[in-house]
Amino acid sequence: MRHTLSIIVADQPGELSRIVGLFSARGFNIQTISVGETLDPRWSRVTIVTRGDDRTIQQIVKQCERLARVREVQDVTTRPHIEREMALITVAADAGTARQEVLSLVSGFRAKVVDISHTHLIVEASGNKEKVDTFIELLRPIGITDITRTGHIAINRLAAGDIVSEEEDEDEYLLRQGR
Amino acid sequence: MDWTTGAQILVEALVYEGVDTIFGYPGGAVLHIYDELWRARDCITHYLVRHEQGAVHMAEGYARSTGRVGVVLVTSGPGATNAVTGIANAYLDSTPLVVITGQVPKHLIGTDAFQEVDTVGITRPCVKHNYLVRDARDLAGVVREAFHLARSGRPGPVVIDIPKDVTAARANHSRLDHVGFPFSTKRPALDQKAVERALAAIMSAQRPVVYAGGGIANSGADQPLRLFAEALRLPVAPTLMGLGGFPSSHPLCLGMLGMHGTYAANMAVAECDLLIALGVRFDDRVTGKLATFAPHARVIHVDIDPANIGKNVAPSLALAADVKQALQEFISLVQQHGEEQLRQSIDSRESWWNRIRGWQRSQPLRFSGSPSQIKPQSVIQELHRLTKGNAIITTDVGQHQMWVAQFYPFTKTRQLITSGGLGTMGFGLPAAIGAQLACRDQLVVAVVGDGGFQMTNQELATAVQYELPVKIVIMNNGYLGMVRQWQEMFYDRTYSEVDISVAPDFVKLAEAYGAAGFRAAKPDELHHALAAALNHKGVAVIDVAVSKEENVFPIVPAGANARDMIVQ
Repeated sequence: MRHTLSIIVADQPGELSRIVGLFSARGFNIQTISVGETLDPRWSRVTIVTRGDDRTIQQIVKQCERLARVREVQDVTTRPHIEREMALITVAADAGTARQEVLSLVSGFRAKVVDISHTHLIVEASGNKEKVDTFIELLRPIGITDITRTGHIAINRLAAGDIVSEEEDEDEYLLRQGR
Repeated sequence: MDWTTGAQILVEALVYEGVDTIFGYPGGAVLHIYDELWRARDCITHYLVRHEQGAVHMAEGYARSTGRVGVVLVTSGPGATNAVTGIANAYLDSTPLVVITGQVPKHLIGTDAFQEVDTVGITRPCVKHNYLVRDARDLAGVVREAFHLARSGRPGPVVIDIPKDVTAARANHSRLDHVGFPFSTKRPALDQKAVERALAAIMSAQRPVVYAGGGIANSGADQPLRLFAEALRLPVAPTLMGLGGFPSSHPLCLGMLGMHGTYAANMAVAECDLLIALGVRFDDRVTGKLATFAPHARVIHVDIDPANIGKNVAPSLALAADVKQALQEFISLVQQHGEEQLRQSIDSRESWWNRIRGWQRSQPLRFSGSPSQIKPQSVIQELHRLTKGNAIITTDVGQHQMWVAQFYPFTKTRQLITSGGLGTMGFGLPAAIGAQLACRDQLVVAVVGDGGFQMTNQELATAVQYELPVKIVIMNNGYLGMVRQWQEMFYDRTYSEVDISVAPDFVKLAEAYGAAGFRAAKPDELHHALAAALNHKGVAVIDVAVSKEENVFPIVPAGANARDMIVQ
């Protein structure tokens, strides 16, 4: 099963490689990884999406907790949470129907066109994994020439976690529509 | 204002930690530190080794014989890489060390400078933590935290890498406020409910076995373990690292567990209904094939390292706690039971003990004697007799190590110092030197093979230089014995690259180093030669020619279980 781990680690040189090294040395899998500052700049949040049964995930959490500079490890997946990933996608689309098709997908997925040339568009899409995956799949037949994805970030929902944002509604709506 | 150099701060911080012994080897990157150590020689004695691996193993011998943190100082590049084997060894055997490595000056880092290596990168997977100190003001704090990390929780090695310019830099204050301070106290609290449930399971178990490991020695839990086992008459099977944590001569002791463990210990685990795992990590040399390990048992696992729990075996009850603390809780709960209740609990296991006694009688550890050849097992038995069972024994890795584990009944923790996890040949001699230094009034014997001895025999010079009268028993069979045994048993006797019979004359080698050399080639020479060597005042090497193709039995083949045990 897919799990998203949130690891709070000291923002010091070499600490990220300690975490990554632990994953490779113990044969754990990393699907995506992203790192950024937290509210307190002395600490970074490393978000890792990994795959494994409950025992493997437990091992990963415990092994990460052994690291001297890791303050906290959370399996975000165990509680209601919001996940986002961003992708920048270069699509071959000249001024003909291809471009129209891309633009209609962009508006349907609440994505953005961020760069335009005579032959190509760069579009920016964000959302949960399924939404970004679906968007890319729909663009693929038109002609993607490059993709860069950020990897996931995640945060647990507030206590009154049943209130969903407008965009979340939108994502789920699109998925239900099988887009 | 008092400005001091990084090297001075480092040495003062070491003195503050109570360090009086350092094992090391100088080089360019640590010259400032060595200069300072010379000035501090009244406080700290530095032992100059002959190879950096020896320094780390000596520090391990020092640490494991005393429980104190062993300290090593080596230079950058090859100094650090030579130390890596020892660091990895300490990591796997949970030995507290602080290893200080020199590094090229900061402005040369990353330029492939002379004697530059990414020490922090290379050692990262085999340390509890490591540091690259970039500012002399951080040194005192780093040293303080390093010692705390090395000895707290599950002990282990910590590396401090210090660029040369940092040791020369002047600082007028130290800062202790870097992240990590104050020390994280992740020490798990004892879950009282879990303790009660564990004890209830133990009291009602019909076929329990205690599986006791290195954690017993590290937490000083030998007395509580003994009291607990005696109170409930529980059978105890120590691991290699657990030997001495429960007296081998005790009637409740089944002998060592695992690949070369006793038949009774392995069968008891195979048949038990409750496995009480104390200070262990379910190493593959104990469990064999995990799927069929202790197949009928519920498992109670107590270990200080939460990551050990559920790593290889999912316990039905886990206590991430100090094993001594847990045992003391068990004992105080046992004492609340009435005599009648205890009697019932003990009596209900009568038939279990009968089965165990049956296994012990049917398949004791044994070997066949020989009138013409010295049997290696008999060397260990003779050594046990002559030392009255009181020596500190260190070993290398291989057949002789297993014979020591089988035929030298250890009665105290920290009495056997062996390379358990990493399986490092060449560990025995330097570990013995470190132990001898820490325990001056005790007899320290390194039992080594002719293979392992030749990996670190240069440390004879260290032993002679510092008059550390270790005794080295070489079990000389001209083979890499354990590999040869596997080739005999599992590779159709294809002896591929295991013949090391071309070797120096070890008696002459000892003498060349200024040590005494003794030799035993026939059974009737063994007693006198061994006695003479042990009684010798200084460093003594005894070369014992043992029967060449002896095998270690029993053996549970790799990836198999107790039922597949080959006993003869």
